[in-house]
Amino acid sequence: MKTDELVTLLATGAGSVEPDATARRYATALGWGAFGATLLMAILLGVRPDIDAAARLPMFWIKLAFPASVAIGSLFAASRLSRPGARLGWVPGALAAPVLAMWLLTAYVLLGAPLPERAELVMGRTWEYCLFDVPLLSVPVLVATLWAMKGLAPTRLALAGGAAGLLAGAIGALVYALHCPEMDAPFIGVWYVAGMLIPAAAGALLGPIVLRW
Amino acid sequence: MTQRIHHHGRGSASEDRLRDLLVRGLAGDATAYHAFLKDLSTHLRAFFRKRLSGLQDEVEDLVQEALLAVHNQRHTYDPGQPLTAWVYAIAKYKLADLLRRRAGRDALNEPLNDEFDVLAHNDSEAATAHLDVAKLLQRLPDRQRLPIIHMKLEGMSVVETARVTGMSESAVKVGVHRGLKALAAMIRMRR
Repeated sequence: MKTDELVTLLATGAGSVEPDATARRYATALGWGAFGATLLMAILLGVRPDIDAAARLPMFWIKLAFPASVAIGSLFAASRLSRPGARLGWVPGALAAPVLAMWLLTAYVLLGAPLPERAELVMGRTWEYCLFDVPLLSVPVLVATLWAMKGLAPTRLALAGGAAGLLAGAIGALVYALHCPEMDAPFIGVWYVAGMLIPAAAGALLGPIVLRW
Repeated sequence: MTQRIHHHGRGSASEDRLRDLLVRGLAGDATAYHAFLKDLSTHLRAFFRKRLSGLQDEVEDLVQEALLAVHNQRHTYDPGQPLTAWVYAIAKYKLADLLRRRAGRDALNEPLNDEFDVLAHNDSEAATAHLDVAKLLQRLPDRQRLPIIHMKLEGMSVVETARVTGMSESAVKVGVHRGLKALAAMIRMRR
């Protein structure tokens, strides 16, 4: 087939294209992904029993706000990386800001604590669970986000996959925070960040394999 | 003879004209969309011809592959975004994909850092494409092949195609969409 014939084939009956394809696709993916993560958490882990009491403490809300802001930043990153030629612009800064804020709080808490208590503030009592459960809870969002990207057009596949993974990790951490009993900033600053980076790395490795078009 | 490698300055005139055609095309204006794709094919040809010096045989195939990619991915164009950046990213992605698949056999002729070049040149002298989209089309399952043949080659409407094939209207639309995606995948795997 000649190129001009292909052009005619493609243009014939092409119809109109609904705007906001990216937004709609991400809304679907995030809805199902977050639902899946919450379901997994409720079935496998359970909401922390003392959540009523915990919800009266500011740290509980910081623990939710931190992954939530990483999720918002990585959603912008993922949706921009899904469109050819879209620039990241301020997005890396918006992603770094909550992490830096959490680390500042971590440093403040650690410096204010007596030396023998510092290790416990960082390690908490459940760090292994955090490191396993956050990636586990991130799986539904990772699958859904990669599906959303697959229907768009990422051109930097490792970066796009990494953004999908970070988004998944942040939602996983957000949902895990409803189960997790830890209430110290150093724990969040270390293990939540590590827990989110595991799916991000997985996404960066998967991207070049599953996102090709 | 036809014009070859024609210069359009920095490409901003092409950018405005093509962007306008695409935006109208996305809104459903088939004539504008046809003009967009036809004009775009000359820019893609010039872009790939310049960068595939050792692989001139591949140029027309890659033009067709990129056109299909532009079409299948056209919902990712944001009208607030420069068209040049969008087209360049797709063309570069498809070129890099081709070269990656042929890794080691031929080196890239020029470095890929000249975004504003992509709409600046055009080349309307089509070479022979080695792949034949019409033949690939025959390999699609009926539910994709028939809607494409009736709607895209014979120019029937969705309603007419649905009547002729006995498929539902939504199945016809899905068939065209999935069929063109499947064609793009087959073209990619030809190497």
